[in-house]
Amino acid sequence: MTDFFISLGMDATWAFFVASLCGVLLIAFPLMLAVALIIYTDRKIWAAINLRRGPNVVGPFGILQSFADGLKVFLQETIIPSAANKGIFILAPIITFTVALLAWAVIPFDAGVVLSDINVGLLYILAISSLSVYGVTMAGWASNSKYPFFSAMRAAAQMISYEVSIGFILVCVVLYAGTFNLSAIVEAQRGHGLGFVNGYYFNLLLFPMWVVFFISSLAETQRVPFDLTEAESELVAGYQTEYSSMAFALFWLGEYANILLMCSLNTLLFFGGWLPPVDWAPLYWVPGIIWFLLKTFFFFFMFSWVMATVPRYRYDQLMRLGWKVFLPMSLIFVVLISGWLMLTRYDEPEYDCVPASTAGTVTTDGTVLCGPEGNLP
Amino acid sequence: MTVFAFYLFAALMIASGALTIFARNPVHSVLWLILAFFNAAGLMVIVGAEFLAMLLVVVYVGAVAVLFLFVVMMLNIDFAEMRAGFMKNAPLGVAIAVILLAELVLGVGAYRAGALDLGTPDGSAAPLVGESNIESLGALLYGNYLFLFESAGIILLVAMIGAIVLTHRAPTNPRGHQNIAKQNARNPKEATNNVSPEVGKGVEL
Repeated sequence: MTDFFISLGMDATWAFFVASLCGVLLIAFPLMLAVALIIYTDRKIWAAINLRRGPNVVGPFGILQSFADGLKVFLQETIIPSAANKGIFILAPIITFTVALLAWAVIPFDAGVVLSDINVGLLYILAISSLSVYGVTMAGWASNSKYPFFSAMRAAAQMISYEVSIGFILVCVVLYAGTFNLSAIVEAQRGHGLGFVNGYYFNLLLFPMWVVFFISSLAETQRVPFDLTEAESELVAGYQTEYSSMAFALFWLGEYANILLMCSLNTLLFFGGWLPPVDWAPLYWVPGIIWFLLKTFFFFFMFSWVMATVPRYRYDQLMRLGWKVFLPMSLIFVVLISGWLMLTRYDEPEYDCVPASTAGTVTTDGTVLCGPEGNLP
Repeated sequence: MTVFAFYLFAALMIASGALTIFARNPVHSVLWLILAFFNAAGLMVIVGAEFLAMLLVVVYVGAVAVLFLFVVMMLNIDFAEMRAGFMKNAPLGVAIAVILLAELVLGVGAYRAGALDLGTPDGSAAPLVGESNIESLGALLYGNYLFLFESAGIILLVAMIGAIVLTHRAPTNPRGHQNIAKQNARNPKEATNNVSPEVGKGVEL
């Protein structure tokens, strides 16, 4: 996009600025629209499973329900409790919302359709997702009220616990793909399963990791059955109890943007991102972004499905699952996968020497040096 | 552009570092500390160490500072009481600051004199051609410094196990402790017992 603005006669720095700004808007606005519609979809799916009708009054099929809710919330009075810590109280929903948008900067929607194609993309996502706990914790503490505070404590413990196993699962994927760049991870999945299935899920070693990742992403976004931070029967509305108006709406939008992010991560890491499900030429006529959105929506459907069918966990069960089941399991799989890759991949002669474009230093006579000796200055 | 970003991050980092110390509320202190970490990460991105920057955010902001915040929120710290000991501890603090400054000066001096083989003496790091710094770090840590790296890992593991052993208490109260395997292994036939007692006899439990 930078080139396009340069061709309009801007100098490079300005063109980069304008292009980045356009990219941000091109991601943020459709994302907000998607969040509004996905809330509606969520309620519809939930209602259908409960044999209800769901929202059906505002607009055709009730499709404008989220916008009506948004308008209602927007016109509400903003109430700040007098005992609250005002600065942090206002800052908390802003942080939640901003952090939920930040991670989308490195998500590739199609080949090359990404705002910032950095080579530590996956680490960036891990870093950003570890920030989302702050919004919740600060909200709970600044409200100066018992239930929000309990909720904040629960959220902090829960998110740290599940981030550990998510980290190890990401290590498994990175070991297979050999890179942290999300676009390259997607490309590495082309024809991974038996030479024609695009995706890491079609692999006996990585499929269990996907199951763990999916459950951990439910816990990370505080969806049912892990929504203990918002357990109505115990904590009123959790950390959001004291919030009203736009601050509340920001929490709501941030939560659903995070859910969409986790769905798209499931797609990118295990189900081949923008690639069609199988490596078959006619399927490539469908634009990659359509495949990406379809897969993401499929995972969102699974999130809703789980929400409608599974009862809530108890808190000690949640902690047990995270620390005593998922963490050892993902650790064992890191060992298994690295062992398997050492056996099968890195034993072959062509992998003894990595090409100069990815690693190793090219000497003056054109030979490629490999190993630690070659890489040292 | 880079210069502007550098001064922005550096100024914000020093300001938030100062506010970490001067904030009256301990929770505010931790939040300022987090902002300082962020700006440090920004500085690392500017010098091209994006991997270290991300690690800083993941480890310090994502885990360590959350635990700080956790502890500070849970404990109701009376800051006036803590400040009472300020003058008593001030010489110690100054001594530590002087030692740190001396180490910094020595380190930078040795580096600029070319005594340390880290890069070029004029301060600019020598980047490896066509390599991201994840790969360079990986080659160094798992190649040249494998033994040191692994032994550091083992020391951390031992420290972790030590902490767990020291704080672990065997559950003394049998109630409230759930054995999930036992619950799953239970079957209805063992759990229920159908009896038809004669009139006036009752059931023995």
